[in-house]
Amino acid sequence: MGLLSDPNRRKALTNLLTRLNAPICMVCYLAAIVWFMGLAFEPFTLRTYMSENAMGSTMVEERFSSGERALSLAKEFDAHKRKAGGMPVEWLVKAMQARGLEVFTQSFSRKLPFPDENKERYMVRGTNVYGILRAPRAPRTEALVITAPCSPGNSDNQAVGLLLALAQYFRNQIFWAKDIIFLVNEHDLIGMQAWLEGYHHTNITGMEYSPLQGRAGSIQAALSLELSSDVITSLDLILEGLNGQLPNLDLANLFYAFCQKLGVLCTIQGKLQRNDWDTAEGYTHAAQTMMLMVLKQACGRSWGDHGLFLRYHIEAASIRGINGFRHYKMDVATIGRLLEGMVRKLNNLLERLHQSYFFYLLPSLSRFVSIGYYMPAFGLLAVILLLRVSFPGLDHFTFFNPSGPGVLTVLTPVVISHLTGVALYLLPVHLQEMAVEHFPVSETEAVVLTAVAIYTAGLALPHNTQRLLSGEGTEQGWKVLKLTALLYLAVLLGCTALINFSLGFVLAVTLVPITASMTPHMPKALSALAMVLLSPAFTILYCVFIYQELIEAPVSVGEGWMLFLSVISQGILDHALYGSLVYPLLALFIYPCWLMFWNILFWS
Amino acid sequence: MAAHRCGLSVVCILIFSSLAHPSSCDTLEKANDNTATKRRISEVNTDGSVAGEDMNERQWQSTDVEVNRSDGTKNGETFAPAKDQFQEELVIRPLHSGDIYASFQFRTLWDTDFLQEGQKKVSHYRLFPKSLGQVLSKFSVQELHISFTQGFWRTMQWGQPFIPSPPGAELWVWFHDTVSDVDGNWKELTNVLSGIFCASLNFIDMTNTVQPSASFKPLGLGNATDHRFLRYATLPREIVCTENLTPWKKLLPCGSKAGLAVLMKSEKLFHSSFHSQAVHIRPICQDEQCTSKAWELRQTLNVVFDHYTSGQGKKEWSLFKMFSRTLTEACPLASSSKVYVDITDNPEGELFELSPATPLLSQAVVLGDRRTYSVYDLTRAETFGQLRSFNLLLRWKGDSGDMLRPLLHAERYVAGFGLQTGEIHTVIYNNHPYRAFPVLLMDSVPWYLQLYIHTLTVTSKSRDNKPSYIHYQPAKDRHRPHLLEMLIQLPPHSMTEVTVQFERALLKWTEYTPDPNHGFYVGSSVVSALVPSMVAMSTNFTQDQPLFSSFVPVKEESSYFVRVYTEPLLVNLPTPDFSMPYNVICLTCTVVAVGYGSFYNLLTRTFQVDEPSPPLAKRLANFIRRIRGVPLLA
Repeated sequence: MGLLSDPNRRKALTNLLTRLNAPICMVCYLAAIVWFMGLAFEPFTLRTYMSENAMGSTMVEERFSSGERALSLAKEFDAHKRKAGGMPVEWLVKAMQARGLEVFTQSFSRKLPFPDENKERYMVRGTNVYGILRAPRAPRTEALVITAPCSPGNSDNQAVGLLLALAQYFRNQIFWAKDIIFLVNEHDLIGMQAWLEGYHHTNITGMEYSPLQGRAGSIQAALSLELSSDVITSLDLILEGLNGQLPNLDLANLFYAFCQKLGVLCTIQGKLQRNDWDTAEGYTHAAQTMMLMVLKQACGRSWGDHGLFLRYHIEAASIRGINGFRHYKMDVATIGRLLEGMVRKLNNLLERLHQSYFFYLLPSLSRFVSIGYYMPAFGLLAVILLLRVSFPGLDHFTFFNPSGPGVLTVLTPVVISHLTGVALYLLPVHLQEMAVEHFPVSETEAVVLTAVAIYTAGLALPHNTQRLLSGEGTEQGWKVLKLTALLYLAVLLGCTALINFSLGFVLAVTLVPITASMTPHMPKALSALAMVLLSPAFTILYCVFIYQELIEAPVSVGEGWMLFLSVISQGILDHALYGSLVYPLLALFIYPCWLMFWNILFWS
Repeated sequence: MAAHRCGLSVVCILIFSSLAHPSSCDTLEKANDNTATKRRISEVNTDGSVAGEDMNERQWQSTDVEVNRSDGTKNGETFAPAKDQFQEELVIRPLHSGDIYASFQFRTLWDTDFLQEGQKKVSHYRLFPKSLGQVLSKFSVQELHISFTQGFWRTMQWGQPFIPSPPGAELWVWFHDTVSDVDGNWKELTNVLSGIFCASLNFIDMTNTVQPSASFKPLGLGNATDHRFLRYATLPREIVCTENLTPWKKLLPCGSKAGLAVLMKSEKLFHSSFHSQAVHIRPICQDEQCTSKAWELRQTLNVVFDHYTSGQGKKEWSLFKMFSRTLTEACPLASSSKVYVDITDNPEGELFELSPATPLLSQAVVLGDRRTYSVYDLTRAETFGQLRSFNLLLRWKGDSGDMLRPLLHAERYVAGFGLQTGEIHTVIYNNHPYRAFPVLLMDSVPWYLQLYIHTLTVTSKSRDNKPSYIHYQPAKDRHRPHLLEMLIQLPPHSMTEVTVQFERALLKWTEYTPDPNHGFYVGSSVVSALVPSMVAMSTNFTQDQPLFSSFVPVKEESSYFVRVYTEPLLVNLPTPDFSMPYNVICLTCTVVAVGYGSFYNLLTRTFQVDEPSPPLAKRLANFIRRIRGVPLLA
């Protein structure tokens, strides 16, 4: 390694990097995109395999056969649900007790910060019912959870029916080593959150709930079931959880293995698997599946009831029945057998699921991209920021140069940007009442529009105020500010990508090109337009359109805008209800960072 | 030794058979009487139950007096030198949940006292197992209690067990106060017991042994109060299976060849919801005057059978279905051999039906409750009927009602998430409607959960409940566990919550178990209490009670002793990825090579001002000048 210690060679390297800085950055950016798109190409991916020995080699024979009973229970549940106008607590308690479970209930209530218009709820009050199947000769130290939601309307009755039928069948078996908790949760994620917080006796989101009476030790894994029709043609596996957390890949492998064994059609992101990877269509299909996963993971919300378990280090996945592909029909008993097999294998676990990957992308159910393969795509983008940090024409000055710009020059825009961020984070929810008073809008609209307004106002604010405070900006002033901003962005994106690769990558793809090339000497109007079009808010808008395109439900611009607004309100709600971190990250860090670059553009 | 015992048993059988006839005739008559009384009782019961109870009491007492007298004659006439005694009994209690609780108790009495001076060496064993006798004398054991349990006793569904035990293995021993090196003795003893019971008791070391100051008092003779001679340890992870049952059965005088032990077929015993086997050894009085001591060995085995999983929906039970065996004889060495069936909830036979029916009834006050039992005496031939085999059949008729909530109940869980901190919650319920009573809570927590004792809170009815006695011994890393004992007053009809926060320690990499991601166990906490009794407890010891009701000495009539174990905890500790060392080695090597190498290079190199290298033309000119010998250009 004479490279660093030999002044000549060091100089040569520096010269090379300085001279070819822009081309290298361009190449890096293109390489990152190409690398990322290449991840979906099958020869570059790995085949999934079961890492956990306890689940791999053991034989399990599935015998569940009471599909008819499950359906009749579903009908009964539906009738009682209609009669009770919500969770039929008494009936469910009796039904579970009759099946030999220890039954407990938990009531909870939650006032949302503002009404949720998608689900039409504001004051939420509900009851969770759960029954524990005590494993014979087990000391209540470990448990598995199977959940089914009690949703309004016609949906998910079959899931509850199957849950009860499974409970009855499981109760008659002797081989359980872990307690099994059968949970029916009301108000989907809110109920789940209440139950999980109750089970772990924590309170992180201000939920009000009654304490749980029965527990079964540390939960090892959880499966969430969503079935809404008697005829199911395929099963969809949902993995993305809160803050982009994913369950251990072995859980997906387990599902896939049993689908293969029972001949069940299985999908991920609602997309079937194709075998023609060498054709253009095959590749596009895989790329679309992967892009969907990236978008879902990036938005940081829980895409099924399982998503909240991941915070508690419980591996969980949702299984959703889909009635869409005409030619394959399977009865409920087959799904029951599939679940039986999965639960029995999970029951065999000697340790928590830990053998396989926690960080991965799935272009299809049988192929995966591990962290080692996808991280270079992000790395190439991060390198651009670092290259720009090293050589933004900073030949002759350092921070410590006494004749350099004062600390105030740099600090003022930084502080002001962050204050704007804080306002964006706090004001929408707190100002909703005032907004509703003065404008003819609903609370939800008020919150979202306040957020949009603050975001837009932020564009006008910083470059004016900093001039007031510190006078005219100098040439070196913006350079120092840019240096700071670039470093800041690099650290932010790097940390984000480590936790939630998708979010980090999506943000980097849009933020890096414009921030890396930003100087005050560019044509103002054009660069301003480019910056706005590549700002975090527009990134969300693009994601909405791309997502709709990928799920084959394209929307018009107007609908897209409405969706964009609802995404923002959902993001704020997810933060308040479940502690999703995407909204605070965007409001408190990414947006202020972007504002700093905006500041550089209007430096004078 | 086996041959010796065989010979002995032959002698004993001969003696017993010669004695059995007159007494059995007696009881036969008695039985006839009893049928008559029973009929009368049932008649009376319709009118007033009080009178019925009185009658029962009388009947029960009279049968026992009978037994006493026959024992006395035996002792007086032929058994003067060898007074060892063996009793066996099986209690079957149909539980409200529909499950069946079967509890075996075997009691061997050994009339010797080798702890007295001069009697150190005992070489002659009759009924008492030699392996245990030698252990007692070698390690100067005053009292020994060991239990192996697979499963968790569900107090809320099943009520209180006769003798409670925590999941896994539990061992507590009182050493004689002449022992100087208690820890050494304890260490050796655990290793020896580990061999005898084929269990991993050798994993008991100083890191999981505690000396409770108040929770575990001797149950036998002797008022030892100095807890320096007490050692207590649990292994919550111990798995109990056939290999532990076999050596346990071998301690019985009849083995599993005859008597109740015939029923112990491991295939069936481990096809149950709960299995617990225990050995209790303690010194007791030999007679009423307590002039000399005797050793009592109690072997208990408790099983709960699940009617869902094995009954295939049919609520019908028989000995054969439970154990896939029937009884054909009592153990010939046993002085009494009885099967009790709890029929308290079934006075009129409306809940279940027993066949064959028995004329003998017995009453006992167990755990603060007066229970009625049907008694089947296996020492009598007519119990076995024509087929020479006794197969008790229990047929459920109706659904049993709700069970009375047990007065004392406790549970425990870990709160919080993440791998840094957590909180242990212990919840104790007092379900007594109007009486408050104190309980002793004992917690032994391994050192790798570092308790923050300042966060200890005890709340009842959302008010602070200050314990009147706290004994806390902090842990020493890698040497001893935390021990926390508290005396808490439980208000009537209340829930008391004890919480304490902890931090999870980062272990050294060799200290992790082979399956670190499974988690680490924290043993059950122990709640001991004197619970107010609904009926007067009998404090009279000398009476020859059924074994199940006479284990824990009762000191006062108004309360009875209960011990409740909570569930053990499974706690995850921060666990490194053990495939990591390879990566770490690679990474460190690279860092050292690249980073250290270049740093070393930079630090040790002497820097000199580098003259700019002359252009090519100048160099060429200088080269030519050097050849010519002319001074070089600057």
